[in-house]
Amino acid sequence: MPFINKGFHAKRPTGGAHKLPPGQYETQDFPVLTAGPTPRINLANWEFRLEGLVENPVKWSWNEFNALPQQSFNPDIHCVTKWSKFDTKWRGVSLDTLLEHVQLKPEAEFVLAFSYGGYTTNLPLADLRNGQAFIGLQYEGKPLAPEHGGPARLVVPHLYFWKSAKWVQGLRLMEVNKPGFWEEAGYSMYGDPWKEQRYGSDDDDEADPSSLRR
Amino acid sequence: MSRLDWQIGTVVAITTDTPRVKTFTLSLPHWTAHRAGQHYDLRLSAADGYQTERSYSIASPPEQTGEIALTVELIADGEVSGYLHEGVAVGDQLELRGPIGGYFVWPAGAPAAPLLLVAGGSGVVPLMAMLRHRQRAGLPNPAVLLFSIRTPEEVIYQQELEDMAAADPAFTLLLTYTRQAPAGWAGYHHRVDAAMLAEAVAYLPGAPQCYVCGPTGLVENVATLLQTQGLPDEAIRTERFGPTGG
Repeated sequence: MPFINKGFHAKRPTGGAHKLPPGQYETQDFPVLTAGPTPRINLANWEFRLEGLVENPVKWSWNEFNALPQQSFNPDIHCVTKWSKFDTKWRGVSLDTLLEHVQLKPEAEFVLAFSYGGYTTNLPLADLRNGQAFIGLQYEGKPLAPEHGGPARLVVPHLYFWKSAKWVQGLRLMEVNKPGFWEEAGYSMYGDPWKEQRYGSDDDDEADPSSLRR
Repeated sequence: MSRLDWQIGTVVAITTDTPRVKTFTLSLPHWTAHRAGQHYDLRLSAADGYQTERSYSIASPPEQTGEIALTVELIADGEVSGYLHEGVAVGDQLELRGPIGGYFVWPAGAPAAPLLLVAGGSGVVPLMAMLRHRQRAGLPNPAVLLFSIRTPEEVIYQQELEDMAAADPAFTLLLTYTRQAPAGWAGYHHRVDAAMLAEAVAYLPGAPQCYVCGPTGLVENVATLLQTQGLPDEAIRTERFGPTGG
């Protein structure tokens, strides 16, 4: 018999136009969660790199990056600390656009996003393609604030938000899945909010790097 | 049983720390020693199947075996904090898993390694676990807690912190009241600033490992000021608390 907390009931309406992943609650705020100080990034030195298993690594300056085609996207986002936020308003560059600039080596299957300040997180390459991922440059019509990862952050809305690396500096294409900062600390290698993959032990039993769901 | 499996704890004590803050002490059937700074996930389930989870920092030290203390601030319209504050009594059961978190933890380290703790409001909770661990384990690391609160009635753990400071010359407690100070208060009466942090660091015999926890504004400000004072990023660990930040 499942455990019930007597007298407990949902305080806010559930369901409706949006759906919350299990264990999440909706917030209207935009909480900030970061392990250390916010890095200070000088746009004159900013760069974004695609490297690793590509035929020719590429590097964009801030101006070059901003000249790439941009689009708006309005995802629901889900943080592993249990908050979800519906209909966030972003503008940025699709990963599909970026990946058009490189010839991937056939063995490239995983990505390590790396950031100013030293943060890293890992994702399957397949999760960054087909309109699923962006580099966000604007939030709610304004340049993305530093505490939220500005000037540029990865946004991969279908995974827990720690996969959406703040202050992103580039992506390294890899053959094997290598854990990043939080993954090393015991968090899920994949982070599907709908399957509540918060911690490594929540991953599928067969969740070795080669069999992660894509 | 893994520490990330859900277990059912029993509330063995509830203390009122401030008008909006209560500490729930839970006895756990599968207690695992935690590291000071870690948290537990708490899950509430309604009869209709609705479930929701929150993460709460552990306030008790790992030396308090078999049980954990979770200090919970009542959030306006808070679904979980409201239930805990209003609906939970000694003897009730709650579902939890943990300990969780591997980064915002104090590993103690060399006996001489100084510790600077900066808290805003209920951000003091994981830092209190570090201080209680330091005290109970007899760790000699010099330590300062700079604790920013709005009003005198909001000082969580006040008596225990004052007793700790009185008994231990290697621990310094610095309070700053940002809105209203007690009558006759001669200490800080404004937000944490560069001068206050420099004074806090000056109580310590060397460059400290810093743990900063509180609302986003305070954490952003303090972390930046500590960087400005020449502390390396690796020496500054942060955790942000807010009404919805975890």
